[in-house]
Amino acid sequence: MNPSNGKGSMSTASSSAAWKAGDVVPDQFPAGLRVLVVDDDPTCLVILEKMLRACLYEVTKCNRAEIALSLLRENKNGFDIVISDVHMPDMDGFKLLEHIGLEMDLPVIMMSADDGKNVVMKGVTHGACDYLIKPVRIEALRNIWQHVVRKRKNEWRELEQSGSVEEGDRQQKPCDDLDYSSSANEGNWKSSKKRKDEEEETEERDDSSTLKKPRVVWSVELHQQFVAAVNQLGIDKAVPKKILELMNVPGLTRENVASHLQKYRLYLRRLSGVSQHHSSLNNSFMSPEATFGPMSSLNGLDLQTLAVTGQLPAQSLANLQAAGLGRSAAKSGIPMPLIDQRNLFSFENPKSRFGEGQQQHLSSSKPMNLLHGIPTTMEPKQLASLHQSAQSLGNMNVQVNSHGAQSSSLLMQMAKTQSRGNILNESAGSHLPTLPSSIGQPIISNGIAGGVIGRNEIGDNGRGTGYNQVAQTSSMLSFPMNHTTELAGNNFPIGSTPGISNVTSKGAFHEEVNSEIKSSAGFVPSYDIFNDLHPQKSQDWELQNVGLHFNASQNANPVQGNFNASQNANPVQGNLDVSSSVLVHQGYSSRQQGSGQNRNISAMGRTMFSGLEATGQGNEQIMDQLLNNLIVDTPVRVKYERFSDTSSQNALFADPFGQEDLMSALLKQQGNTGPAEPDFDFDGYSIDNIPV
Amino acid sequence: MDKNHLQRQLEMKRSLLDQGYLDEQFIQLEELEDGDNPNFVEETVTTFYANSARLLQNIEQALGSRPIDFTALDNCMHQFKSSSTSIGATRVKKECTLFMEYCEAANAEGCIRTFRQVKQEHASLKTKLENYFKLARQGGTSAGGHAGRS
Repeated sequence: MNPSNGKGSMSTASSSAAWKAGDVVPDQFPAGLRVLVVDDDPTCLVILEKMLRACLYEVTKCNRAEIALSLLRENKNGFDIVISDVHMPDMDGFKLLEHIGLEMDLPVIMMSADDGKNVVMKGVTHGACDYLIKPVRIEALRNIWQHVVRKRKNEWRELEQSGSVEEGDRQQKPCDDLDYSSSANEGNWKSSKKRKDEEEETEERDDSSTLKKPRVVWSVELHQQFVAAVNQLGIDKAVPKKILELMNVPGLTRENVASHLQKYRLYLRRLSGVSQHHSSLNNSFMSPEATFGPMSSLNGLDLQTLAVTGQLPAQSLANLQAAGLGRSAAKSGIPMPLIDQRNLFSFENPKSRFGEGQQQHLSSSKPMNLLHGIPTTMEPKQLASLHQSAQSLGNMNVQVNSHGAQSSSLLMQMAKTQSRGNILNESAGSHLPTLPSSIGQPIISNGIAGGVIGRNEIGDNGRGTGYNQVAQTSSMLSFPMNHTTELAGNNFPIGSTPGISNVTSKGAFHEEVNSEIKSSAGFVPSYDIFNDLHPQKSQDWELQNVGLHFNASQNANPVQGNFNASQNANPVQGNLDVSSSVLVHQGYSSRQQGSGQNRNISAMGRTMFSGLEATGQGNEQIMDQLLNNLIVDTPVRVKYERFSDTSSQNALFADPFGQEDLMSALLKQQGNTGPAEPDFDFDGYSIDNIPV
Repeated sequence: MDKNHLQRQLEMKRSLLDQGYLDEQFIQLEELEDGDNPNFVEETVTTFYANSARLLQNIEQALGSRPIDFTALDNCMHQFKSSSTSIGATRVKKECTLFMEYCEAANAEGCIRTFRQVKQEHASLKTKLENYFKLARQGGTSAGGHAGRS
């Protein structure tokens, strides 16, 4: 039915999400829904195919899980939904479910002749959006499109919620994109927006509409106050008004708190529940599954978004990314590092969340201990692709990477700060929803990107003392380096799909990022590269992620704790907080600067947001644009110095590159003169302010 | 279309349903048939029998090994049962369920005995369906009653 898709083959999505864009005329929906059926039994397979065709869907059948995965990977946006049998000889259906959730974040329906409660429960916990008992009747298949719509709606809603003022128009995009599903859908989307999980959502909406509000700088202290207030109230009961009262900070408005809370929730959600689609506590900036790889992608995306907005010249972005990533960016010229960073971010958090084990993990696994400030190259390979000239950045990356976690935290923070624009991260549904958008901004402005990049690019170097430091900050999160490493190998897709879709249940939060990234030509290679590089890792990662994912969902508190370092005794958590605070601060400060840089940065963030939003909808096109934009030649150096300052634990902060360099590069690109430094105002954070 | 043939075909189908050889699922398959794919049901059943022979082999092997791995046996049978269910082979399915119960109880004796039943039902249904399709072809219609190649 869908000409562009042919027989459900991997028609490369015209960079639009599923049937949305151009694949199917909205009126025809759900006709043309692109379904991938996986079942080792040939009889069932042909029957299902026939039934689905009778429903006017476009069907691709597959009898091996591995083949299905590669089909999905090759054509990220080629399918709208996957139906898979539970019992398959080459791979357990649940495992496939996890993979898909993590990498592509597509809705997956499980089916089996087994209707035992345990099996069905397993489907639920692994994130299946439905479970069909065999023999499957055609009636059961007629409504599977609802899962696709629901998922997209949730993604958009998240995007919407985390959107900032600038995103006001971006938010329109989802609406438009949802046209396919007819006004009813849009109505649903809108109503879903209205039906917020928390009242803050409405507030967030208000915030979005008031565009041009002066941004609040969420300093470390402020953020800690915020987290303290939230914890005091209880995450479920924490409403902006009360939080505001508890915080008792003059000049802070309810809207500020509301939007910050939004991001925080998304962050938490990501941390704890990849499998959940809704924005709840679980969503957090760092998806548990975020692997190293994805993180990078996030960053990349962010940058791209920013670049797209035009605020940040593609060049600058590229530079930033390159810088951040260090040499890793070489591969694709896409700011993978950023993405990786994001992943880092996401991954790292979960790790830290999961506890001491993680911490130790960090220390033991690789020298990456964030705290040590020794740049351990987490995933040089990942970053490799992003390699761009910025040697300095590379250093930063290295540092950052090693700390992986650190980057993540940075990113997270950035995401947080960016929140508005960062909605991309969140909305995209990526695991690191917030990360991407925010990261974009912070990275650019603060050179945090460098930090992030550093994450990616560990290899480069040693120079990045500064980076290390940054990493240090992130390390506070105490991301287990091990974790990152593992992640790096694989999960590009996971982390990288910011905004593309919620990883939620699938457990593939990264998918979003990945999918988006993949859509863009640039990303795909990265992803592949990563996979190639760490084939085993990816496996591990996936498993890990899964594990993390599930753990996360079970431990809502830890997630929170992570975010709020100060509140928790858990060192890991504490770290995160601190770093995030720093990042947040940085992000904000740069924005507030109002300097050309800041503007650019914001723009970038916005771009990212929009870019990410687009991705949520299957914006391959947008991603492409972003990617293109991001390819910058000018090396941008992140000012890691600032970070180092904040990191009380880092002795390493000696960052030679400093954000100034990054900023300068960036500014130059944009025609600004002078070092970026002033704009970023890292000073604002100053170490003093950061109560580690 | 030969009315007698069609009638006989319908009667045969009715009888198979009443006797529990086939169930609603089979009817569903027939309803899926359309002009584009008039022999869909027959083709599907052919696919089933081709594949199920292999699955039965697996079970046979698992049963033959000593000691018997009941988990593997259960998995094998699960596959077979799932496949049989998809074409609506009710009696076969029943025997499969019984078999799996014995598996769970690690009752080798029960498994072996039941497996013989499974194979018997499986073969018996095959014959009946072959007759059914033959009749349908002779009548100039497909199993589902659609005009198709003879």
